[in-house]
Amino acid sequence: MEAFWIILVGSLIAVSCALLGSYLILRKMAMVGDAISHAVLPGIVIAYLLSGSRETLPMLIGAAALGVLTTVIIELFHKKSNLQMDASIGITFTWLFAIGIILISLFAGQVDLDQDCVLYGEIAYVPLDLWITDSGYNMGPRTVWIASGLLLLLLLFIWKGYRGLFITTFNEEFAKALGIGVAFWHYALMGAVSLTTVISFESVGAILVVALLIVPPATAYLITTDLKKMLLLSSIFGILSAIGGYYLAVLINGSIAGAIASVAGLLFLSVWVTGLVKNRAFKLN
Amino acid sequence: MISIETHNLTVSYNRRPVLWNIDFELPTGKIIGIIGPNGSGKTTLLKAIMGLVPTSSGYVKIFDQDLNDVRSRVSYVPQRESVDWDFPASVMDIVLMGRYKKDTLFKRISKADKDLAAEALEKVNMLEYSNRQISQLSGGQQQRVFIARSLAQGADIYIMDEPFVGVDAATEEAILKLLSDMKDEGKTVVVVHHDLQTAKDFFDWIVLLNTRMVAAGPIEEIFNEKLLQEAYGGKLNVLSQVGDLMKEKAFDVRE
Repeated sequence: MEAFWIILVGSLIAVSCALLGSYLILRKMAMVGDAISHAVLPGIVIAYLLSGSRETLPMLIGAAALGVLTTVIIELFHKKSNLQMDASIGITFTWLFAIGIILISLFAGQVDLDQDCVLYGEIAYVPLDLWITDSGYNMGPRTVWIASGLLLLLLLFIWKGYRGLFITTFNEEFAKALGIGVAFWHYALMGAVSLTTVISFESVGAILVVALLIVPPATAYLITTDLKKMLLLSSIFGILSAIGGYYLAVLINGSIAGAIASVAGLLFLSVWVTGLVKNRAFKLN
Repeated sequence: MISIETHNLTVSYNRRPVLWNIDFELPTGKIIGIIGPNGSGKTTLLKAIMGLVPTSSGYVKIFDQDLNDVRSRVSYVPQRESVDWDFPASVMDIVLMGRYKKDTLFKRISKADKDLAAEALEKVNMLEYSNRQISQLSGGQQQRVFIARSLAQGADIYIMDEPFVGVDAATEEAILKLLSDMKDEGKTVVVVHHDLQTAKDFFDWIVLLNTRMVAAGPIEEIFNEKLLQEAYGGKLNVLSQVGDLMKEKAFDVRE
């Protein structure tokens, strides 16, 4: 049963990340996803300190706020000061992440958050944190519910917002010329990435969530030329990484999160090597 | 009737003006070329008309109204190179974007929208490519897809940024034919174009630009050595091209 819960949570998070990551890489914003995943750290710590508990809601709000703020700061440096995009990203997220690390180390005694957990996550603890109702009924691990809720929310967002995301991702200027609010779509997506990051945080950690955001969509991108298929395939690659990663970790008795990211990388490598990429005619249609 | 009017339009990047005090009134039902040397602000002018760049001063009126009130009547064709053609999408997906509207973005695409998109593809001779992935198109085909997307909007004014750059002869021919058909339907087409040699044959009306507006008017009034030199002044190789052009006036310079 433990294995089932861990794989389930891993898959739910992998799919959420894969869906959003597909849009990030098509927008050439993969590293913005990286930045957000790191920069939400101070948001989580501040929310944690203010609320004094590990309640999910304040943490989500804190993280989402910091995530969106990160993208605002990146855009600000990039557009107002003509700083290169990558330099702007590099400054913003390392700085915010550093603040988060300092906050954790300063308050490590008072709060139940430690650097290892934040950086690498601990998906193995998922089955231990159960949601028991007031009447004593065991609803299963809490993270499963949170991750499912997140995935449902994202599916709704992508289903309803498919065209908005599609047109603003492919050709923002044209969308703007049609009067479509491109800023709305940009920040909606960034908010969704922030939320996903913080929820993925506990299970895979701040660093490996980037792997789930980028690697499965990049793998899918290699072999498809249809956005809907790319979303589907990247979700499948994400789930395969979660399953494969769990068993790899059991086999070598190592970190599950690390194994999931490694399997994602191996999947990418094998797809790339298979040479499907070499000839575009082989792309699935 | 006036299609597009600009008044004292100034646009700056980093406090350096790239467009200075542009004042013109464009007629309807004409093919209008915006001509000028590199860096003369042609693309910026289009973007300013479409509200894509902030203006420092002045205003733009379309059919004597604000852009926001007449958006559905104006269509924009960005430069082909401004997007990633490896994007996972089919030709039809892209052309259907012409049917997207702010208010109906959350609704489903209707049958009528699909028919209009197919019709637009037909007009650019690309209907048989509608399921083709855009990464598999040639430069000319990409340009035609962009124009079809714009046609699908069913607008009255079409604003095109360098539609003739990097396209094959067949595409150039097809686009020219299309422009003249559009003109016959009373549409107004504004085209940014950098090639002086062909400008004379393509357009009825010209806006000559070099950060400032040098001149605007019917081609026979504008296309003379004095004004062209004023716009291209200092650019020697272009000047000599103009000279050749003037000498060969009687011949079709494209041959």
